[in-house]
Amino acid sequence: MSALTMSGDFGLEKPVDRSSINSQPVAEVVAELVKEKKMEKAATLPVAETGTPIGERLGALGRAILPPLLGMLVLIGLWYVATHKGGSIPGPVQTWDAAVKLFADPFYRNGPNDQGIGWNVLSSLQRVGIGFGFAALVGIPLGFILGRSAFLSAMINPIISLLRPVSPLAWLPIGLLVFKKADPAATYTIFICSIWPMIMNTAQGVQRVPQDYLNVARVLALSEWKVVTKILFPAVLPYMLTGIRLSIGTAWLVIVAAEMLTGGVGIGFWVWDEWNNLKVEHIIIAIFVIGIVGLILEQALILLAKKLTKESS
Amino acid sequence: MEKFVQIESVGQTFDTNKGKFVALRDIDLTIRQGEFIALIGHSGCGKSTLLNLIAGLTTPTTGVLLCDGREIAGPGPERAVVFQNHSLLPWLTCFENVYLAVERVFGAKEGKARLKERTAAAINLVGLDHASSKYPHEISGGMKQRVGIARALSMQPKVLLMDEPFGALDALTRAKLQDELMKICEATKATTVMVTHDVDEAVLLSDRIVMMTNGPAATIGEILEVKLPRPRQRLTLAHDPAYIDYRAAVLEFLYEKQAHVEKMAA
Repeated sequence: MSALTMSGDFGLEKPVDRSSINSQPVAEVVAELVKEKKMEKAATLPVAETGTPIGERLGALGRAILPPLLGMLVLIGLWYVATHKGGSIPGPVQTWDAAVKLFADPFYRNGPNDQGIGWNVLSSLQRVGIGFGFAALVGIPLGFILGRSAFLSAMINPIISLLRPVSPLAWLPIGLLVFKKADPAATYTIFICSIWPMIMNTAQGVQRVPQDYLNVARVLALSEWKVVTKILFPAVLPYMLTGIRLSIGTAWLVIVAAEMLTGGVGIGFWVWDEWNNLKVEHIIIAIFVIGIVGLILEQALILLAKKLTKESS
Repeated sequence: MEKFVQIESVGQTFDTNKGKFVALRDIDLTIRQGEFIALIGHSGCGKSTLLNLIAGLTTPTTGVLLCDGREIAGPGPERAVVFQNHSLLPWLTCFENVYLAVERVFGAKEGKARLKERTAAAINLVGLDHASSKYPHEISGGMKQRVGIARALSMQPKVLLMDEPFGALDALTRAKLQDELMKICEATKATTVMVTHDVDEAVLLSDRIVMMTNGPAATIGEILEVKLPRPRQRLTLAHDPAYIDYRAAVLEFLYEKQAHVEKMAA
């Protein structure tokens, strides 16, 4: 450029200069275009879940699944390394082989003490279902009553505080004494451990119904039935569902221990039985099965809660 | 003067941990049918307490309140309340929120189709036809407040009580809703009592402004009759000397006559 100025030909200098100026924006424009493309990509990412490009969709799926999968692989890897030299605890390969055999026929019956793992899980679930159902039948109305009445709440709350920290298993002998049979005693243990979160969360939900909503009810002079169905129940529902979720989590924890003590058919009893048979790989399988069933129960309730409270959010 | 709402030597005392707290004393006020009253005063002067007394949500410690010749013994749909924070039920759509009120008031005498018509008409009155099937969390604050007003109006109340209905809204939305409220009140001839802390709102909307002294033991300080002709236009009034005088009178009451207590409180 300095050479051009020296030549004194301004007519030439200008176009050259201009082109050099022009070249800058062109580069910028290109850079911007690239940026825009990148942004477009970024913008399509959140849409991917509902969007059209299958590749993007798979990518999102991969990002969701990859980390947990990697975690599982690491766990199994560690397990393998810790057990591959032999010893009393079976490695992943032996466990897998045992699992394949076990799940080939999960629903066989060879007498009362030798049944397939499917039956064991189902009978545990049945106990949890019955005990939990009774707990809901008693606990939710009781929670409503305690939430509505300060007097009853003050009367009952110390009792709940006293009994709640007691391990449900401590109630098992009482259950055996009263019911004279193992099965209802285990169910009753589930009832005891499920009822506390149900009562407390429901009561808390009732107490936390915003005064505004109750004022609306008063100004409209709604009937008691309308107050319960249109205001109290929907307002308390999220709290109730939290109570239910906590309860079922505890119930699933407790059933294993209760069944170990009571015997019969059930995943807890099965664990104990396999321990007596020294089939350690079966115990590890049972641990996985218990974990997976617990996970499914929890997720199902979260899903239910989302569905029911969607409109109230 | 037709006495529609009568408040006679009403006082309100609350029991607190520190002993008795006198919120209101010696309130005497008579409201004509179709009148628009604004209750104005500094925070804590008991204007909401007075509104709650008219609503029947609380009962007075002394004195008596009458509505249409009958003692106010409790809340009821003939005295509809528009709450400060809209108080819509979040699990019901806008339509269902209004329908709940309509059903309660007219459900005994009228069929479902007629109730739905009434609900739709109330929602139409506040210009929310398009949002009728939406849930409260899906609409803006101003729209929620309009649903609250529709719910109150749908009951065809004898008295419409509003507790700082536009307090939480931005200035533009507030102005728009004030204009709409003026139109609705003119159309329905509703007797209205509105709690506000907004001087312009009070002058623009009211037939009389009831100015409250500072609490505790608040009472009515002055009553200002606003004799501006209706329909009122916000823009023309802005330069109207009478409007400016009314405005100045309220400001003077709030910031000169009642200023000292606020200083003490602050």
